[in-house]
Amino acid sequence: MTGVNPPPEQRPQGAAVSSAAVSSAADSALAIELVNINKHFGAVRANRDINLRIRRGTIHGIVGENGAGKSTLMSILYGFYTADSGEIFVNGQLVHITDSSHALKLGIGMVHQHFMLVDNFSVLENVVLGAEDSPLLGRTLSRARAELHRLEREYGLEVDPDAIVENISVGQQQRVEILKALYRGADILILDEPTGVLTPNEADDLFRILDVLRSQGKTIILITHKLREIMAATDAVSVMRQGAMVQTLETKSTSPEQLAELMVGRRVLLRVDKAPANPGKVVLDVENLVVTDDLKVPRVKGVSFSVRAGEIVGIAGVAGNGQSELLESISGMRDQKSGTVRLNGTPLSLEGDDGAHRARHAGLAHVPEDRLRMGLVPSFEEWENSILGYEDEPQYGRGFLDIEAARKQAGARMQAYDIRPPNVRLKTANFSGGNQQKIVLAREMESDPDVLIVGQPTRGVDIGAIEFIHRQIIKMRDAGKAILLVSVELDEIRSLSDRILVMFDGQIVGEADPATADEGELGLLMAGVSKGSGKPTEGAP
Amino acid sequence: MRADLPRWVDIALLPVLNVVLAFLIGGVIVMSVGQNPLQAVGVILHGAFGYGSGFGYTLYYTTNFIFAGLAVSLAFHAGLFNIGVEGQAYVAGLGVVLIALAMNGTHWLIMMPLMLVSGALFGAGWAAIPGYLQAKRGSHVVITTILFNFIATSLMSYVITKLLKPEGVQSDESAPLADITRVPQFGDFLPMFKNSPANLTFLLAIAMLVAVYVLLWHTKFGYAIRTLGQNPTAARYAGISNEKMIIIVMALSGAIASLVALNNVGGVQGRLILNFVNGAGFVGVAVAFMGKGHPVGVALSALLFGTLYQGGQELAFSMPGVTKDMILTIQALVILFTGAMGDMLRTPLSRLFPKRPAGAS
Repeated sequence: MTGVNPPPEQRPQGAAVSSAAVSSAADSALAIELVNINKHFGAVRANRDINLRIRRGTIHGIVGENGAGKSTLMSILYGFYTADSGEIFVNGQLVHITDSSHALKLGIGMVHQHFMLVDNFSVLENVVLGAEDSPLLGRTLSRARAELHRLEREYGLEVDPDAIVENISVGQQQRVEILKALYRGADILILDEPTGVLTPNEADDLFRILDVLRSQGKTIILITHKLREIMAATDAVSVMRQGAMVQTLETKSTSPEQLAELMVGRRVLLRVDKAPANPGKVVLDVENLVVTDDLKVPRVKGVSFSVRAGEIVGIAGVAGNGQSELLESISGMRDQKSGTVRLNGTPLSLEGDDGAHRARHAGLAHVPEDRLRMGLVPSFEEWENSILGYEDEPQYGRGFLDIEAARKQAGARMQAYDIRPPNVRLKTANFSGGNQQKIVLAREMESDPDVLIVGQPTRGVDIGAIEFIHRQIIKMRDAGKAILLVSVELDEIRSLSDRILVMFDGQIVGEADPATADEGELGLLMAGVSKGSGKPTEGAP
Repeated sequence: MRADLPRWVDIALLPVLNVVLAFLIGGVIVMSVGQNPLQAVGVILHGAFGYGSGFGYTLYYTTNFIFAGLAVSLAFHAGLFNIGVEGQAYVAGLGVVLIALAMNGTHWLIMMPLMLVSGALFGAGWAAIPGYLQAKRGSHVVITTILFNFIATSLMSYVITKLLKPEGVQSDESAPLADITRVPQFGDFLPMFKNSPANLTFLLAIAMLVAVYVLLWHTKFGYAIRTLGQNPTAARYAGISNEKMIIIVMALSGAIASLVALNNVGGVQGRLILNFVNGAGFVGVAVAFMGKGHPVGVALSALLFGTLYQGGQELAFSMPGVTKDMILTIQALVILFTGAMGDMLRTPLSRLFPKRPAGAS
């Protein structure tokens, strides 16, 4: 992994000194200096009096909850927005960045959270897109090819220039985005939540690349809310809260606990407190389930397990090993090829494209992995989403929709789950990720199900909300619900689950007790290493 | 990227500015033949509203455009682009005329509901086939409904000229309906509408506007339609059957389209004539887009197009140098500016009327 490796001569001599102590403006050792940046949107002060110094040749993390103003600040730096007041120095020069092409000329490049690539173009074509320097494409492409080879050698960014973008992995697509920025001469790279879409291995690769970039003198600004990444990869870290810059710290002199506290403004429990489980009878029983994906490729290959009332069964695994298909199949969104799913002993009939309706009626609630694509209609008002999947129940009227009743109930849930802003008429897309997730959770938990299936409950959710969501899941367990949890965050699986099943290549390859399981052992199971070579870890009685 | 605008700018100011822009360019066309554009506007308004039978024609066209616009809008809310309203209305004409001729001479109070149901069944049936093909076979309704328009044209030509046309009649049309069977014209009760095609179906159009609004935003079925249209994956997650909904919504859309046939075949013509829909189905697409799929918007844009149709004919008739083709050009400009280029002014307007973002981050 990426340790703290001192970059060569580019590193300023005062590097050991905490950045707060670095004096005077227009310091040439600074790649970026922001002085008293302010930005309003109507009544909202998205950025207030922001001061930030980023040393050249370092990886500088910026953390903060959703809505803390990180993205606004970076958008100002990248020329999407203009600050209302304040000064920006790039390499010691005062600049007024007018738009993103101007930012690029100054050597600032951005890798967005959602890639901006043309799927059916090749890597090479994507890299030159918008930077063609000749009306004849052939000449541009051959020049770009040579340049790509050079960048590849220099930074270890291997991508096949002729591969079509839609055929390469997400991690490689991200490299294309980085190459795009470098090809345009970026010296300072802004990465917005770069690991949100990556598997752990791809994330490791990314940090290796960032390491190399740093050693070549590039400056990297890393926006994330994964504190583990901040600790592992950055030299310095700035914490933002409610539009203000709280503090800038040297990474090696801080801790995740301290950062979390600075972000949220109060002490945060990173570990989950829970009493031992008290499992009852089997509620959800899955037998020999086989599920194929949209291309008819088998993704779940004969999986059997059961979940008891009052326990949380966690499914660990690297993303893409069949967990998504497993969840979608049990919840009735995806047809199963063979196998049985029983709920309280009765087999669920899940065929057809309205299987989810029958599953829900049988008492199965589902918090989907991808809330914006599946669990919510982003263009709907909040109250409309608060009945999604339950809209045909009599408390919302017969035939006609009892809008008053639905809004009243939605308002009560907003209070109970602390969903902000508390406005049932607000468009769902305008809530932050954590609050959107709470809208889904409130809906599914309050339906009083027998089984709750939860996929990636805290993906893209900020720390304060994570704590709340974890507590709610434990509360459901203690109320005697059977809970099936799937997450790619191993920490989350370990701290919430009463039993861990490890999934690899569409099969359950092992079971573990979270209290005794060793992380290395789980990691090996997740990587499929011990498959066939030995007995899987046996869970405690 | 779509700039966010305050609601009133989005739904009122932007469309009005688009129409004004279209008229400004239309004005240049009028000037090019040496006429005064302001005078032309006067002629259009007088032709459309200035006297009884002119106003009656405006109402008749508006009625057709409301039905066609609602048919397109309803399907669009489910994420379906029904361009087959033209053909669905045409085939529905057969449903209307078959029952009317079978019971010719029966009082319209009985016949109007019967013609409505029969026409609706034909329109719904014709629209449900592309719906079925998309739901079960994955062929896109945009393609199939266009093709079904051609099939409808050929089929109806055959049925009218070979099967329905009575012996000894020169023009291509069915036998006429008895006066008592036809949907009554406004002119029968109100002298000001004499010699105009406006009839009771206009009131039905008003009722349909309300009905579609209630269906979409006040019923559970409408909720399901909108969920499907906004996020098909979420619809599947909610257990709303995409396949069933697509077929039902297409059928409903065709049933609304069929009311164009009730207006024309049952009311105005009192017989089934060749190609009676005459493009109203396609105007419906423009009406739906300009009206943003909302019944209030559909009503207003249908009235605009009704005015342009009737007033435009008056203009071509009474202003030297202005031809029918130029009227068509102006109508096309309105479609161009409100539909295809409807968002052109969005960015400049967003600078004038900044909207505060709800979750700044």
